[in-house]
Amino acid sequence: MLSYIIRRLLFAIPILIGVNFITFALFFMVNTPDDMARAQLGAKQTTPEMIEAWKQDHHYNKPLFFNESAAGFDKVQETLFVQESLKLFMFEFGKSDSGRQISSDILERMVPSLTLALPTFIIGLTTNIALALLIVLFRGSRLDMAAMMIAVAIMSISGLFYIIAGQVLFSKIWHWVPISGYESGWDSLKFIVLPVLIGVFAGIGSGLRWYRSLFLEEINKDYVRTARAKGLSEIQVLFRHVFQNGLLPILTGVVVVIPSLFMGSLIMESFFGIPGLGSYTLDAINAQDFAIVKAMVFLGSVLYIIGLILTDISYTWFDPRVRLSK
Amino acid sequence: MSLTFLWTDILVWGLVISLFIWGKLIGRSPQVQQQWLRVFNSKVAMVSAVLLLTYVLFALLDSIHLVINQHTHSLLDLALQHLIDSTERTYSAPFALTEYNKSTQVLADGTTAQIYLPLKYVNPQQSIGFLILQGFSLGLLISVLLVTLHTYWRSLKNNQAWLILAPKMLKNETQLPWLTAYITLTLVLITFSVIYQLSHHYHVLGTDKVGGDVLYESLKSIRTGVLIGVLTTLVMLPVALILGISAGLFKGWVDDVIQYLYTTLNSIPGVLLIAAAVLVMQVIMGNHPDWFASTEERADIRLLFLIFILGLTSWTGLCRLLRAETLKISQIEFVTASRAFGVSRIKIIYKHILPNVMHIVLIAVVLDFSGLVLAEAVLSYVGVGVDPTMHSWGNMINQARLEMAREPMVWWSLLSAFFFMFILVLAANLFSDRVQFVLDPRNQDGRF
Repeated sequence: MLSYIIRRLLFAIPILIGVNFITFALFFMVNTPDDMARAQLGAKQTTPEMIEAWKQDHHYNKPLFFNESAAGFDKVQETLFVQESLKLFMFEFGKSDSGRQISSDILERMVPSLTLALPTFIIGLTTNIALALLIVLFRGSRLDMAAMMIAVAIMSISGLFYIIAGQVLFSKIWHWVPISGYESGWDSLKFIVLPVLIGVFAGIGSGLRWYRSLFLEEINKDYVRTARAKGLSEIQVLFRHVFQNGLLPILTGVVVVIPSLFMGSLIMESFFGIPGLGSYTLDAINAQDFAIVKAMVFLGSVLYIIGLILTDISYTWFDPRVRLSK
Repeated sequence: MSLTFLWTDILVWGLVISLFIWGKLIGRSPQVQQQWLRVFNSKVAMVSAVLLLTYVLFALLDSIHLVINQHTHSLLDLALQHLIDSTERTYSAPFALTEYNKSTQVLADGTTAQIYLPLKYVNPQQSIGFLILQGFSLGLLISVLLVTLHTYWRSLKNNQAWLILAPKMLKNETQLPWLTAYITLTLVLITFSVIYQLSHHYHVLGTDKVGGDVLYESLKSIRTGVLIGVLTTLVMLPVALILGISAGLFKGWVDDVIQYLYTTLNSIPGVLLIAAAVLVMQVIMGNHPDWFASTEERADIRLLFLIFILGLTSWTGLCRLLRAETLKISQIEFVTASRAFGVSRIKIIYKHILPNVMHIVLIAVVLDFSGLVLAEAVLSYVGVGVDPTMHSWGNMINQARLEMAREPMVWWSLLSAFFFMFILVLAANLFSDRVQFVLDPRNQDGRF
């Protein structure tokens, strides 16, 4: 098991190098460090010396992928790509191009992201599973059909509409919650309620269909028939047997998402003015702040890879038939 | 007057022609024919297909461009010329007779007053009831004509007397639910002809900030939505097919490299990757203004770029599926046997693997369509979608954010975008459900 995890972690390194390579290549196709310096210093009255000093300050003074002036192995090593990537692998994110400490920014903004993402995730998951079980209980009936039609309709509406409609109804017309904004501590509750509700509702359509098909797959297996033959009621069959055995595929879908919760939701956060990591990233893209973008891309990839590894581990944890160490 | 082709026009017409040829080719195989008959066997699928075809028709009409007096117009523009010409000053609600907000006016006696200005291109003399009746009869007439032609064509094709076959089709007694299709078609035709009649005298869906007709905008947005949904799959398909099948068939280092490629691309958060690529494109386009003769061409190239970028970021899922399936198929006896007989790899792929993974490809293609239409809206909101000058539902929603904050609220643009988008995505979802149900081998035992 341990050796498996270590091997998977080692596999992550080339992937992260690739991710960084793509980020660097894409970003510097657009910008030269000179452009970035000029943008940060303000377009007026920038002398070449100031630009040079800014580049020196922010470590943008080396060539991108290949250093011709260096000798031997340093040709590759003394470059922007290698130097900056190495720092990322040490989780040293450094300063943003506008001069703020990125890691403290991330730590600070993680809290609002999580206050939004965790309740959305947990409430969404329980609602979806509970509703799906209920529908499976009535499978084949008109209720089932109606629920599936509603689920498709919910899926067919863009998330942006839910957000706009929610803001108009609950904030503008009924004045129940503020339109946008954020305060720390318990005061955050009134800002979080609406986005969480919208997030849960927007996810119900696809979630319901997904969990329903999972449970339906289980319900046709032999052990369920045996349980029924024993004389268990349908509800007992569903909750004791189908639900427990359905947990494994549910886990696969769920565990992979958990790490990415830290990243927050780009759209939700920026619409509701919540100062989380999602809006942080979006703002950085718009401001073309490369230091933040590359840090967030790196972080996102790390979390994604961790999610994949966690999924595999949770497999062995809950299903003793699965053995990872081949 | 001459024809001109934008890049996306060429692609979309190319796709239509190749789909037509493909349809002719697979029509020869009785199994495939039977499968497609099963798809259309369901009433829901039939209704969705008619709706989807309507959208595609609008997209195609909007993809034939003519140059008249050095201005580019599409066929759709020409049909809706009266909507372009009737641009008002500013916002007006659907069917309104006056502008939405009061304006300060100097009256004849020299005093100033706040009044609602009348709209310039609204003609309240025509009674709405009469226009609706006119549109209704026109729609019904066209529909009866089309249905008659279609039943006649079927009777020729099936070598059956028209008088025997047509009543059967109209009672849903044929294999396919034609009656359902005809009813949907009639409803669509009547709706459009009523709206078309009304649009000559009123702004049916109101006007936007600069007085543009919202109905025109919504109809023009159809092309953008459909093109992004359809062409993106066209871009992604060959990449996913070639890489997925090679990974599964050649194994070894080829498999490693391809797996590495898609894992890497997958682990970059999607919106970030797309945003970065779109920014690159914007800068390149900004540096080469000489590449484009007109703003239409510029917006078109930007749409094309967006399609490419979306395609290049969305092949990974299908590629992984195809790799797994190819791995499975290449272990089956008939493939091992043909390999032992020395059949070439290319031939094995063409004869054995491609036909056996086709259902996965088709399912993935129809499932992706609605997701891509929705993605366009989100990307335009983030500011990395289609050109802001281009009509798209994403741009309409984006504009609506500001309109919602106005007092009183301007709601009709948002609602129109919502409605047009919802119908398209809903039809696509329902249709893809049916395709998945019929083509997925796991559903063949008819359990659910």
